[in-house]
Parts: sequence; structure tokens; C-alpha cells
Amino acid sequence: MGPFERRGTRPASAKEEAGLSSNTTTTTLPPDDISHRLWRLARDALRLLVMLATTFLGLLAITFFIGRVVPIDPVLAIVGERATQEQYEAARHALGLDRPLIVQFLIYVKDAATGNFGTSLLTAKPVLDDIGRVFPATLELATIATVLGVLLGVPAGVIAATRPGTLVDQIIRIVGLMGYSMPVFWLGLMGLLIFYGELGWVGGPGRLDTFQEMMFESEVPRHTGMILIDSALAGAWDIFRNALSHIVLPAGVLAYYSMAYISRMTRSFMMNELSQEYVTTARVKGLPEWRVVWVHALGNTLVPLVTVIALSYANLLEGSVLTETVFAWPGLGLYITNALMSADMAAVMGGTIIVGAAFILLNMASDILYRLIDPRARAAA
Amino acid sequence: MSRFLRSPLGRLSAWLTAPDPTSRLQARLGQAWLTWLRFSRNPLAMLGLGIILALVLMALFAPLLAPHDPLEQDLAQRLLPPFSPGHWLGTDEFGRDILSRIIHGARITLTIVALVAVTAPVFGLLIGTVSGYFGGWVDTVLMRLTDIFLAFPRLILALALVAALGPGIENAILAIALTAWPPYARVARAETLTVRSADYIAAIRLAGASHGRIILGHVTPMCLPSVIIRVTLDMAGVILTAAGLGFLGLGAQPPLPEWGLMISSGRKFLFDQWWVATMPGLAIFIVSLGFNLLGDGLRDVLDPRSASR
Repeated sequence: MGPFERRGTRPASAKEEAGLSSNTTTTTLPPDDISHRLWRLARDALRLLVMLATTFLGLLAITFFIGRVVPIDPVLAIVGERATQEQYEAARHALGLDRPLIVQFLIYVKDAATGNFGTSLLTAKPVLDDIGRVFPATLELATIATVLGVLLGVPAGVIAATRPGTLVDQIIRIVGLMGYSMPVFWLGLMGLLIFYGELGWVGGPGRLDTFQEMMFESEVPRHTGMILIDSALAGAWDIFRNALSHIVLPAGVLAYYSMAYISRMTRSFMMNELSQEYVTTARVKGLPEWRVVWVHALGNTLVPLVTVIALSYANLLEGSVLTETVFAWPGLGLYITNALMSADMAAVMGGTIIVGAAFILLNMASDILYRLIDPRARAAA
Repeated sequence: MSRFLRSPLGRLSAWLTAPDPTSRLQARLGQAWLTWLRFSRNPLAMLGLGIILALVLMALFAPLLAPHDPLEQDLAQRLLPPFSPGHWLGTDEFGRDILSRIIHGARITLTIVALVAVTAPVFGLLIGTVSGYFGGWVDTVLMRLTDIFLAFPRLILALALVAALGPGIENAILAIALTAWPPYARVARAETLTVRSADYIAAIRLAGASHGRIILGHVTPMCLPSVIIRVTLDMAGVILTAAGLGFLGLGAQPPLPEWGLMISSGRKFLFDQWWVATMPGLAIFIVSLGFNLLGDGLRDVLDPRSASR
């Protein structure tokens, strides 16, 4: 959303949400019949697999199509301007570009399925290896940002929902709207200017200072590729502290967006729950108000909240493109932008497919979690 | 008070709020007037409207408002701080007046917003209404397509498209429009499903109207309020995406005064000449805040489902 796009993150109406599931047919079966339940489970799993497969195919079709419309002739890029007609044809054949388009697409799908995204022009390494190397940095950033966003956003949303229309509610709403309206790269630059340049409270761009970076490279064994975890495992607390001072700002910037979204959604879920009759019942039977709000009502919003948190996590993976550029954070986002700058299409497309796939999987995971937690969703499916 | 009622304005107001409108026009204008009254009670929404109107005026009268030529370089005056004589917001690394560049940049921003706002929703509406109206395999295929586009992170897809088509403002607009339509298709389909089996549609069909006529003339208007709200809320996102593409050097190209591009060039002087990157960012922030406030206000007024909130 926004700074990074918020597709589907601000449902304009409840109907739109309903539209999501309205094409699944409703069948009612006797719930106690084991074979029926098994059959239904298998059917659901199959439907999920088919959906997953078609979505992935669609993803590949789009990137394949984008790859075809590139005005650069890939053959010419390899053989050079002065190649003879025979050399050109030979290279064309070697690349498989003389085959019918559909065959080319099938080869493309097969390559992608086996993790072969070609070789990066920039690093001269297979794209998948490159991505494996840079992905932990992005994961580390997005995870910390999501945790911060949840820790701030959920309480803010609950507090706003219990005091609708008050000053507190307005402030939380406006702080959230500001998050929706600020360019993420600009907020990052302002953060660097104030907290790094002026106040010196945090580390600058990059994941570590140069000296710590050398120490990390030479002394700390890699387990996860996430510096905070690896250095903690090795007991290298100097490096850990340094890494923490570097990640605070980019993670804080991303967390702001995640908080804006989560608090807004939490507020609307909580408003809905607080108007239910069980809340009145709980109050009537004399439960303390904090218990009614934070245990009974919030407990019932957990299901949609899980979906929202998964969506915001997926959005952060995307938002990292701009944030990583600003903070010189060597993750997937920076990798894609650098590849873009040097017209390294294999790397761009590989990165796009990986982010797209992560996006799809996160969406699916939240969908499955939703069904697992909420018996109503299971019954409706 | 009685003098007001006899004045032309008072009579207009009475005519608009008459409980027994005598013509269809009067009824429609009366409804619009009541909607406006409700909308204008929301100060934040009015603030948003004000910001957008200011943006439009700024874009229209840019050459008159801007104190300097946005492209004129004056190296003797480079990197002047804000509040310098003649340069309220300072100058950039080529001595160009930042205020003038922001004012002219409003034209670029507004062009992008307008082009996306007239293309993506129309395409989305078409897909969504056709999908919802016909149902069956048409619905399945179109919605699957929509889902695939929705599954793509929007900025990344725009990036990949621009990388393929080549950087430039036209391609950036095309990429944003191509990634922006799926939510509108969803909204339009949901609305279509609710009116598809309504009696009035059956009546028109019995009268012999063609599918095209029913969809364009009788289904689409019912989807418009939801889509308009969605468009307004999305415009902030469009501005931010366009600025992001500009920042990465994939959108508008130098020396165009596009706000994202201006931030990107100011980045080099961030710690010494903070204003070069800060000012255009503030402009982006204010304008997208305006669209968000306006969208929220519109939703409260036009969408009966959120009226209770």
C-alpha cells in the first residue's frame, strides 16, 4: 500500500471482501461423516493446489511476456553488432529463440520450476544463488519491521476502537493516514538526516560499519545469513550491537507503514466485535473492562488480524525495494534495483518471480491459517 | 433569517431541499446538495478537498505562480538555503528555484494521476461488470486473470514493466495503469453481483435490451460510487508509486521537475543541503494526504455501509 502499493489492503467495502469467496460453492454435508470429511479435505487441498499452480503459471506468463517485449535484442546483445548472419542465427538457435513461442514458454516454465533463472550479467553467477545470498538481509529487515508494526499497531487500534471519536482516536487516525501518505524513500532520507546526520543516535547506511563488517566476514560463522542471529549465536555482541544500530532506522521506517495499516484494520475489527452481544454479556456479568476488551473482543479479532499481518509482511517485502535503495541495505530490493540500472534482465525477472512467489505463498498461508483457526470459515468453505 | 429565505441563495437552498421535488433534475440536484452538506461537515475531508483544489489551480496557473523558470540554471545561485531573497524554498545544485520546480511539478503529478484515473478504473469496470453479469466460465477466466495480477506486488510489476519498456514518464504511467486495474474489477464485480438479478434488470431484458446496453447503461452506473471512492483512495498510492519510479530513475527523466526525481537528485546533498530533498517530499506528502483525506470523507458520505463508523 502506498509507499509500496496497498493492493487490497484498504478494502473499500465489505462487499468487495465478500467477492473474494463468493465463487466457492457452498455444499452442506453431514459433519460427523468421516469419509465425507476426508473427501472434503482432499477436495480443498486439490483446489488449493490447482489455484496455486494456475497463479504461478500466470506469474510466469506475465514475466515471460514482459521479457519478450524488451526492445533489446538478446541475440544481438550476445553476438555484437558486427556478427555475420550465420553467427546470429547460430546464437539465436542456441538461445532457443527460433522455436515457436509456446515451446519457448514451456522451456521457460521448466527452467523456473527447477530454479534456473539464468545467469546475472552483473555478478556472472546464477541468479538463484545471488538471490539466496541477498534474501536473508531482506527477511531480517521485514521481520523486525513486522514485529514492531504489530507491537505498536494492535494496541493503537484497540485503544482507538474503545474511544471512538475522541482526541486519542483522531490522533491515531491521523498518524496512520500520514503513514499512508508519505513516500517511504523520503521518510527514510529524513530519518537518516535527523537520527544519523544530526543526532548520531543510529548507524548509517549498510548493515554494519566497515570495521565490524570485516570482523563479521572473517570471524562469525554463517548459519542464517541474518547478522543479528548469526552474531548472537557466535556471542559476538559488539557486532550484534552494531548491527542493531544499523537496522533500527530502516526497520522503524518500514514498521511505521505496517503500523499504519495494522492499527487501522485492528480498529475496524474491534469496533465490529465491541458491538456484539457477547461483549454486553461479559460486561453485565461483571468482568473488568480490560478483560472484556483485551481478552474477549481482541481474541475474536485474531483471525482476520492474522490475514492482515501476513498481507503487511508481504507488502514489506515489496516496500523493501525503495527502502533498501535509500539505506544501501544489501537485500533483494537493492539487488533488483541494481540489476535494473545495468539492464540485467535475467536478474530483474528472477527477483520479480521470487518476490511474486513469496507474495502468493504468504497469501495462501494466511488463507490456510484463517481456515485452521476459524471454524466458521471452515464451515463456509 | 426571513431576509435570507427571500434572497436568491435562500430560494435556491429551499428549492434544493424541497421535500416534494417536481422534476427529476430537482430531485437529483437536491440529493447532490444533501450529500455535499454531509460531506462539508467533515473538516478533514474539506481540508483534503482544499489541498486537491489547490493542486489543480497550481498546475493550471503554474507559469503565472512560479517566480522563476523551473529549468533555468544559475550556477552562481546554486544550493541557496530556504528564505533566500527571491528563492523561498532555496535552490538546487544547478541554481534552479525549488519552489518553481515544485509548482511546475504539480502539472506532472496531476497528469499522471489523471491518466491513471481515466484508464485503469474504466478497464477494471469493464472486466468486473462483464465478469459479474455473465458469470459462468467468463467469470472464472476473468477473475483468475484478476487474481494473478493481484498476486503480483504492484511496485515490482511496475518496475519490471518499465525495465522492459525503457524508462520514461509515458511508460511509468502505462505500468502504473496496468497494475492498478484489478481492485476496480473486484469492486465492480461485487456490485454487479448484487444488482444482476434485480427486478429492474429483468424488466429491461424483457423489453429487449442487449447485453451491452444493460451492462453499460444499467449495471455500470450502480458500480460507480464504489469505484469512485476506491479511485480517490488509490490516487495517493498512484502518486507514491510514480514518485518511487521517479526516485529510482525509471519515471520522469531529467531535467523534468518531477517530485520523486527531485528527491533523488537532492539525496547527494542530504547532510549538507537538506532542503533539496526535503521540499519535494513535503509536496508529495501533502498531496497524497489530501487524496487520502478526501477519499475517507467521500467514503463516509457515499458508502452507507460505513455511515455508522
